[in-house]
Amino acid sequence: MSVVAQFKQEIRKYGNLFRELVVKGIRLKYRRSYLGVVWSMIEPLLTMIVLTIVFGTLLNHKEREFPVYILCGRLVYSLFSQSTTAALKSIRQNESMIKKVYVPKFLYPLSSVCFNYVLFLISLVVLFAVSLVLGVYPTLRIFLALLPLFVLFVMSVGVGMLLATVGVFFRDMEYLWNVFLMLIMYTCAIFYYPEKILASNVSWILKYNPLFCVISNFRSCIFGEAMDPGFLLYSACFAGLSLLIGALLFAKNENRFILYL
Amino acid sequence: MEEVIRLEKVGMQFNLSKEKVDSLKEYAIKLVKRELRFQEFWALKDISFAAEKGDRIGVLGLNGAGKSTLMKVVAGVFRPTEGTVMKKGVIAPLIELGAGFDMQYTGAENIYLNGAVLGYSRAYMRERYDSIVEFSELADFIDVPLKNYSSGMRARLGFSIATMIQPDILILDEVLSVGDAKFKKKSEKRLLDMMDTGVTVLFVSHNLDQVKRVCNKAMILDHGRMIDFGDMERVTARYKEMTA
Repeated sequence: MSVVAQFKQEIRKYGNLFRELVVKGIRLKYRRSYLGVVWSMIEPLLTMIVLTIVFGTLLNHKEREFPVYILCGRLVYSLFSQSTTAALKSIRQNESMIKKVYVPKFLYPLSSVCFNYVLFLISLVVLFAVSLVLGVYPTLRIFLALLPLFVLFVMSVGVGMLLATVGVFFRDMEYLWNVFLMLIMYTCAIFYYPEKILASNVSWILKYNPLFCVISNFRSCIFGEAMDPGFLLYSACFAGLSLLIGALLFAKNENRFILYL
Repeated sequence: MEEVIRLEKVGMQFNLSKEKVDSLKEYAIKLVKRELRFQEFWALKDISFAAEKGDRIGVLGLNGAGKSTLMKVVAGVFRPTEGTVMKKGVIAPLIELGAGFDMQYTGAENIYLNGAVLGYSRAYMRERYDSIVEFSELADFIDVPLKNYSSGMRARLGFSIATMIQPDILILDEVLSVGDAKFKKKSEKRLLDMMDTGVTVLFVSHNLDQVKRVCNKAMILDHGRMIDFGDMERVTARYKEMTA
């Protein structure tokens, strides 16, 4: 059997398992909570309120649409942080399954990212509601938001695969990645305006942060402004490259995972 | 007869590091001090055999002989370090019952999840759902999360799922020793029924009588090597001599 045919057969056979794993992630996240999936809308709303009060006052951002600005950044950032962290832990979490039965292992990080992405899409409802309330009305440009959102997905999968591989061999990666995620958060211009930094001589900490590029473009689409093509290109290249490296590294090492679990 | 499993010169090597190095710091320190030594260990070496459709092979050997490793290699959990494994059809590995159960999921949800793990569609599992529940005798607990099940109940559910689907190859690794006497009897009958349908079985057991009842062929593993393979009567007699 050729490699391609074998691959196709695996996809058909394990497509169902993939769906089950995604559904399982969503179901178990809010199991036994009274509000269930509504939490993925309340949570960003609450943080938005706190961030608006604190940073709106601190930085004197009195604009009416500042909460929308914050929410865009927060939602994108938290998807990235949650999905990559879930992917990082996914192999160890499914250790008992991996040890006993053959399953294509890339399903674990991939489904972790996917279920978080589904929850993220649900939480976008909050963004639209808040936008409408605060008078940020959608323009046709809103459809362009699909581009940064797609880049975000590819980037999360790529980085997730990379982390999942490294995480099997080194447990420290979980803690290291937590620290790193915090650094990423502060350099994403979630609760401040980036102009001052972009004009300074340390502009690189934003410009070369692919997640900032995604957030910035996503925000532009929501506010009906034009995207920055440079940011789009850079983040897309970064996402593609991370997927390539992540997938290759994963494929190269997946047979050794079981020896380290 | 049609061959469904063929192993050729299969070897499985593990690196038994003296201590498990799994933190970055430890790794760096050991790397610098050149202490990253691994002890090579062949859990299986030079294993070659073939099973025809309908064969029921008993796998005998002392603890640590490589029986479970061999089962995992056939199931595809381990990729062998050397040699090739050919197998045809769906494999139901009952290596530990309930592989891939999720403790937070209910029994009902786990039936579908487990089916998916073995590669079956939701529709296929729905058709068999009732008979799985019935056979496991867990109808009253099917909507309870699995973490509240006793280990015997989990094993019963796992066994019911794995035997209700129709695998071509069934791998049994000491699973008949679970459950109470009544369920044990029932599960053994179920396996014998399945064997009549022509499923190929690899059967690991320390119970010679059981092997004699169930199998038509047997093999003896010793320190990762296959020292005998063939007719059940002859091989079990030799094993009895060896362990006497």
